[in-house]
Amino acid sequence: MLEAAELECERGGRRLFHSLSFTLRAGGLLRVSGANGSGKTSLLRILCGLLPPARGEVRWNGERIRELREDYSGQLIYIGHAPSIKDDLTAAENLDIACRLSGRVLDEARLQGALREFGIEEKDIFVKRLSQGQRRRAALARLALSAGSPLWLLDEPFAALDADAARLLEDAVAAHVARGGLVVYSTHQESRIGGRLISLDA
Amino acid sequence: MLEALRAIVARDLLLALRRSSDVGTALLFFVIVASLIPLGVGPEPNLLRAIAPGVIWIAALLASMLSLPRLFAADHADGTLEQMLLGAAPLGAVVAAKVLAHWLVTGLPLAAIAPVIALQYDLPAPLFGVLAVSLLLGTPVLSLIGAIGAALTLGLRGGGALLALLVLPLCVPVLILGAGSVDMAAAGQGAATHLMLLGALLLAAAALAPWAVAAAVRIALE
Repeated sequence: MLEAAELECERGGRRLFHSLSFTLRAGGLLRVSGANGSGKTSLLRILCGLLPPARGEVRWNGERIRELREDYSGQLIYIGHAPSIKDDLTAAENLDIACRLSGRVLDEARLQGALREFGIEEKDIFVKRLSQGQRRRAALARLALSAGSPLWLLDEPFAALDADAARLLEDAVAAHVARGGLVVYSTHQESRIGGRLISLDA
Repeated sequence: MLEALRAIVARDLLLALRRSSDVGTALLFFVIVASLIPLGVGPEPNLLRAIAPGVIWIAALLASMLSLPRLFAADHADGTLEQMLLGAAPLGAVVAAKVLAHWLVTGLPLAAIAPVIALQYDLPAPLFGVLAVSLLLGTPVLSLIGAIGAALTLGLRGGGALLALLVLPLCVPVLILGAGSVDMAAAGQGAATHLMLLGALLLAAAALAPWAVAAAVRIALE
C-alpha cells in the first residue's frame, strides 16, 4: 500500500503542488496528469524517494520510505525520462545489469524473452545503434521481469512509443494491476489504461 | 547486495574496455608528462635521480585528475545513476564499487607502468618496488578523494576545472607521503613508515569517502 500524505513540492522557489494526499492499495492504478511544468516528474521522483518533498511524507505499507530506503527501493521499478540504459552495452547486457542492481540474477533465456516481448529482436546490437523508440522499448523490457517489484512508477511511459509498443505497455500495466501490483504513471495525453486520476493543474 | 556491487564493477570495466580511448588517454598523459620533464631539465643524472619520485607522483596525481570528471557524469546523464540509487545495495557501497572499478582502470595501470618511467630517471632498481607499492597504496586514495569532488561537481558547467581545484589540495598528504617513501628508501632509511601512513590514509579514505560521495550524489540528483 502506497500512501502520500500532505505532499508539497517546491522547485526553484516555485510551489508546484501542495496538500496532495492519496492512498493506493494493491491492484491500484493511478494516473498523474497535468500541463508541462506542473510537477508530474517531481511527484514521481518524490514517490520513489529520489526527491525529498518540501512537506509531507510518503509511506509504504505504513512505514516512511525515508526510513525504509533500500528495503523500499527494492520493491519498485522507476522508469524516468532518461532511458537509463548505456549506449555502449547491448540491450541484453543493459537489462541484465538493471536486474542485478535490484538484486536478481536471471539467465540469458529470461532476458531474451523479455526483450522479445517488447519487440527487440536485435539482441546483440549496441544500444547506440537503436532508435529512440527502440531504446524506450529496451528500457521498458524491465517491466517484463518485474516479479518481486510490486510498485511501478512510470514517468511519461508512452513518450516516443509507436502504437504497437504503446499497446504492449498497456497490456503489461493491465496484467500487473490484475496480479495485484500498484502502478503510478504520468501522462499528458489520453491513454486507454485509465486509472484513478490526479490532476496537478491548479 | 553483493551481486549488485559485482555487477557494477563488471559493468564499469566492460564499459572501460569498450571505450578504451578514455582509459588510454589518462595513461598516455602520465607517460608524456613524466617523459617531458627530463627533456626540460636536462640530462644531469644526479638531478634526475633526485627529482624522480616527486615528478612521477605529480604526474600520477594529474593523470588521475584527468579521468575523474567521467566517474559519475555519464551515469548521471543517461539516468543509470538514479537507477543505482534505487537499487538493492546502499548508495555508499555502490559508490565504493564504482571507485574500485575506476581505480582498476586508471590507478592500477599507473602503478604498473611507473617502474618503466623510473628507468628514464635512472632511479636505482631496488627503488622500483617502493615506487610501485607507494602508487598502489596512494592512487586508490586519489580515486576516493577525487570521487567526492566528482560527485560535488556533478551537473555543473565547467565542473572539470573546479573539480581539480577542489581535489588537488586535498591530495597533498598523499603526494608528500608517496614521494617521501621513495626518497626515504633512496636515503637508505627504509620506506616502511611512509608506506604504513599511506596505508592508514587508504583505510581511512575507504571507510569515510564513500559515505561523503553518497551524500553528494543524493544532493546532485535531487
